[in-house]
Amino acid sequence: MSAVADKYPVLQKLGVEVISVSVDSHFVHKMWNDHELTKMVKGGIPFHMASDQAGNVGRAYGVWDENQGIEMRGRFIIDPDGTIQALEILTPPVGRKLVESIRQIQAFQHVRASGGKEATPAGWEPGKPTLKPEPDLVGKVWEVWKPDME
Amino acid sequence: MAETTGCARVTGAVTGEQAPSPTAPPSPAMPERKEPAMSARVGQKAPDFTAPSYYKGGFTPVKLSDFAGKWVLMCFYPGDFTFV
Repeated sequence: MSAVADKYPVLQKLGVEVISVSVDSHFVHKMWNDHELTKMVKGGIPFHMASDQAGNVGRAYGVWDENQGIEMRGRFIIDPDGTIQALEILTPPVGRKLVESIRQIQAFQHVRASGGKEATPAGWEPGKPTLKPEPDLVGKVWEVWKPDME
Repeated sequence: MAETTGCARVTGAVTGEQAPSPTAPPSPAMPERKEPAMSARVGQKAPDFTAPSYYKGGFTPVKLSDFAGKWVLMCFYPGDFTFV
């Protein structure tokens, strides 16, 4: 969670709010924040650390593991309409790479700002060319985009 | 969501689903638990929920729909004080 907190200023600039969720109580969240996370990121966790002890939220999001009684490492990008645009679910031993979540948010924001007139090719980052899905582009993507542009 | 009182065990709840009341006595005959259907899919509405939360030094419930109009990054993780 400290990795997410570390990128929080970047996320805020993009107008993104963060909610973390685990089956720990909010009291334990406070202890974890105060005793460990504040040592990893200045000021501690700046966003809501939600508690889902019965796994109700985790079940609804498909990350609840019945056998272990925990929630898998699920990451959801939700747009301003409340629609899930992206999800990623990892088993516990492997951590996320936040810069990829940020890249995806920037891409979804770009597409949304274009009113759906643009799409972002593999590996797109702000400033790189987008694709305009129109009849003329059919069979001609190779003219405007190649894998080495990723 | 029920108030956070004493040592009652509070939990998150999907909006519209009934979270078990922390103050209700345990039922002698456990009613069959109704499992909310998993409804998270890309391109679909994110299930709304309310949950107790720790936020900037206080205990403040968080409700997903309070952030309507904003982008939200939701991150589940296995547990506090784990290693990753």
